[in-house]
Amino acid sequence: MDALLLARWQFAFTISAHIIFPAFSIGLASYLFVLEALWLKTGRSVYLDLFTYWKKIFAIAFGMGVVSGIVMSYQFGTNWSVFSDKVGPVLGPLMGYEVLSAFFLEAGFLGVMLFGMQRVGPVLHMLATTMVAAGTAMSAFWILSVNSWMQTPAGYGTNAAGQFIVLDWWQVIFNPSFPYRFVHMVLAAYLTTAFVVGAVGAFQLLRDRGNEAARTMFSMAMWMAAIVAPIQVVAGDFHGLNTLEHQPAKIAAMEGHFETRAGAPLILFGIPDMARERTDYALEIPKLGSLILTHSWDGTIRGLKDFPPQDRPNALIVFWSFRVMVGLGFAMVAIGLWSLVLRWRRRLYDAPWLHRAAVAMGPAGFGAVLAGWITTEVGRQPYTVYGLLRTADSVSAVAAEAVGASLVAFVLVYFALFGSGTFYILRLMSRPPHRNEPDLPADPMRASGIMPAPAMDAQDTVPVR
Amino acid sequence: METDLAFVWAALIAFAVLAYVVLDGFDLGVGILFPFVEEEAQRDDMMNSVAPVWDGNETWLVLGGGGLLAVFPLAYAVILPALYVPIIVMLLGLIFRGVAFEFRWRTRRGQFLWDWAFAGGSTLAAFAQGIALGALVQGIPVRGRAYAGGWWDWLTPFSVLTGVALVVGFALLGATWLVFKTEGPLQDKAYRFARLTGVGTLLAIAAVSLWTPFLNPAFMHRWFAWPQAVFTFPVPLLVAAAAFVLLRSLATRRELAPFLAALALFVLSYAGLGISFYPYIVPTSVTIWEAAAPPESLAFLLTGAAVLIPLILAYTAYSYWVFRGKVHVGGGYH
Repeated sequence: MDALLLARWQFAFTISAHIIFPAFSIGLASYLFVLEALWLKTGRSVYLDLFTYWKKIFAIAFGMGVVSGIVMSYQFGTNWSVFSDKVGPVLGPLMGYEVLSAFFLEAGFLGVMLFGMQRVGPVLHMLATTMVAAGTAMSAFWILSVNSWMQTPAGYGTNAAGQFIVLDWWQVIFNPSFPYRFVHMVLAAYLTTAFVVGAVGAFQLLRDRGNEAARTMFSMAMWMAAIVAPIQVVAGDFHGLNTLEHQPAKIAAMEGHFETRAGAPLILFGIPDMARERTDYALEIPKLGSLILTHSWDGTIRGLKDFPPQDRPNALIVFWSFRVMVGLGFAMVAIGLWSLVLRWRRRLYDAPWLHRAAVAMGPAGFGAVLAGWITTEVGRQPYTVYGLLRTADSVSAVAAEAVGASLVAFVLVYFALFGSGTFYILRLMSRPPHRNEPDLPADPMRASGIMPAPAMDAQDTVPVR
Repeated sequence: METDLAFVWAALIAFAVLAYVVLDGFDLGVGILFPFVEEEAQRDDMMNSVAPVWDGNETWLVLGGGGLLAVFPLAYAVILPALYVPIIVMLLGLIFRGVAFEFRWRTRRGQFLWDWAFAGGSTLAAFAQGIALGALVQGIPVRGRAYAGGWWDWLTPFSVLTGVALVVGFALLGATWLVFKTEGPLQDKAYRFARLTGVGTLLAIAAVSLWTPFLNPAFMHRWFAWPQAVFTFPVPLLVAAAAFVLLRSLATRRELAPFLAALALFVLSYAGLGISFYPYIVPTSVTIWEAAAPPESLAFLLTGAAVLIPLILAYTAYSYWVFRGKVHVGGGYH
C-alpha cells in the first residue's frame, strides 16, 4: 500500500475512534448540567445521585476524548502537511478559536466539576458544570465549521504561495453547509447520550422496577427520544437538501443513482457497482426519490455519470452507510413513539419489552453518528477541500513505512486502552445508582484521609482516591 | 508604524510552548518519578496532586500545535513530517498516561498496569519531546515548501542527549512540585529526588549549552560575537543564580522556593534556545516572516487571543487556587 492510502486509513481510524467520545460527552455534559440545575432548583436528592453517577462515567469518556483529540491536532501536520500548508490560513484560526474558547474552558473547569464540590460549594460548582457544557458545545461549533468549510468552501481566495486566504471570515465560518451540519451533529450527540442513558435506565429497571433514580433517568431519556428523534429526521432532510445544492455527486452516491433522471425512484436497497456504473439488485419505489429530494414528483436528480469518473465518491460505501444511519434514526423515532404510548397508558416503568428494546438501542447513537460521518466524509472524496484540493494532493511526502507503522501502533493502542475504558464504563453502568451515590474521590486532595480504602465494597473501587 | 503581527505571534506561540513545558513538565515529572515510590498510598497522593490540573496543562500543547497551524502553517507543515517518529511516540505516551488518570481508580487487580502506563507514558512522552527539541535545534532541511530530509534524521547523539535532559529536567519539576504539595515521608523522598535530579538537570543544561554553539556557526556567532554578547552573557549568570537558589533552598528544606527555582531554570534555558533560534522558526531554513500566514489570518486570531488568553490565565489560576494546599499524606494513615 502507498503512503496516501495508509494515511487515509490512519485518519479514518483515529477520527472514527475519536468522534465516539465527543458524540457522547457533548450530550452528557448538557445532561449533567440539567441534572445539577434540577437538583439546585428542586432540592430532590435523586438528581444529585444521578449527577454523581453519570459524572463518574463522564470523567472516563472525557479523558479518552482528550487524548484521542490531541492525536488529531498533530495528525494534520504529520500525514497531511500539504493540506496544512494550503488551508492553514483559513482553517487554522478556526481551530485556534476552538482551543482558546472551548478546550481551555472545559479543561479549566473540569477539575472543579469532578473534584471540587466540597471546596467551592453548590453555586460555584454549578458554574463549573455550566462552563464544561458550554465548552463542549463551543468546541462542536468551531470544529463543525472547519469540516463544513472543507465540504462547502466559501469566502476564500488564493495567494502566490498556493495557499487559501480569507476574504470574508463571516462567509468562511458560516459557510453554506455549516448551520445544517452543526444542528444535525448537536442533535445527534444529544440523541446518542439519550439512548445510552435510556439503556442504562432500562437495564436497571429490568432488575429493579422500583429504583427511583433508574426511573427518573429512563423517563428523561425517553422524553428526549420522543421529542428529539423526530426533529432530527427533519433536520437531516434539510441537511440533505443543502447537500443536493452544493455536493450533487455525494447525493447521487447516497441514492445509488448513476443515470440522471426526471422522476427518479427511491432505491431502498441495492449494490452500487462503481466499475460498471449501475446499481444491481435495486429495490425501487418509483418517483419517490425525486419527491424527497426536490419535493416534486418529476424533479430531476443528477446521477454519477454526470460527473467525470475521477471526481466520483465511492457509491457502494456511501449508499450503505447512509442507509445504516437512516435506519437507526427511524428505529430511534419508533422507540420514542412507543415510549409515548406506554407513558400515556402509565406503564412506562412496567414494560419489559420496551426496556429490552431500549437496552438493545443503547449503542444506536454511536452507530448512527459513525455511519453519518462516513457518509459525509467518503462522499466528499476525492477531495479534501471540495472541488478545490484533491486528497491525493494533500498528503505529506512521507515514507509509507512510517505511516504504516504508526497506523499499526494506533490500532493496537486504541483497542487496548479504549477497550479497557469502555469496559470500565460498562462496569460502572452495570451497577445501579444508589441513594447517596458515592462521589468521586470526594476531593482528591484530602480523600485518602476522609474515606479510608477498606470502607467500601470490593467492586466499588472509586472512593480509594 | 505597522504592527509586526508575525513577531507578536511568534512571541505568543513561544509563550504557549513555554507554558506547556513548565506546566505539563511537572505533571509528566510526577509520572517519571512514579516507579521510584513504592507505597500505594504515596502513589495515590502523587497522582492526586496533579489530577485536577493535568488536562488544562496539556491543553497548552494543543494550543501550540493548533496555533502553529493557524499562524505559521508552513512551519507546521515542515516540522511535523520532519519529527514524524518522535511526535507519534509522544502522542502514544500521552495517551497511555492520560487514560491512566481515570483507569487507575477503576480496578484493583489491574492497577499495576495503569501504574506502568502512567510512569511509562510520562517518561516516553518527555523523552520524545526532548528528542524533538534536539532535532529542531540541530536544523531541518527544507526544499520548496516541504521537509527535505530522511525519516531517521532526528536521531543523533545530540537529540538523544536533549531527550535524556528533558526527562531529568521534568523529573526535577515533578520532584519540586511534590515537595510543595506533600508532607511527611513522601515529601522526604521528594527532597531526595529533587537534589539528584537538580544536579542532573544542571549537568544536562551545561552539556547542551556547550554542544549547541558547535552545531551551527550562526548559533556560535549569536552567543559570542560582539555586540550581542552583551545581551546573551547574562543568561548563563542567571542560570548560575537559579542553580544556587535551587540547591540552597533544598538544603534548607524550603517548600515553594525549589519549585520556583526549577521553573526559573526552565524559563532561562528556554530563553537561551530562543536566542539561538531567532529569527528562525525552522532552524535554519525558514524565518518567522517566511512561515507566517497572511495578515488577515494573523489579525483575526490575535483579536480573540487578546481577549481569551487573559481569561484563560485567570480561570486556570482560579482552578489552581481551588486545589491549593497539601495533598493528604495517605502514607501516614496506615
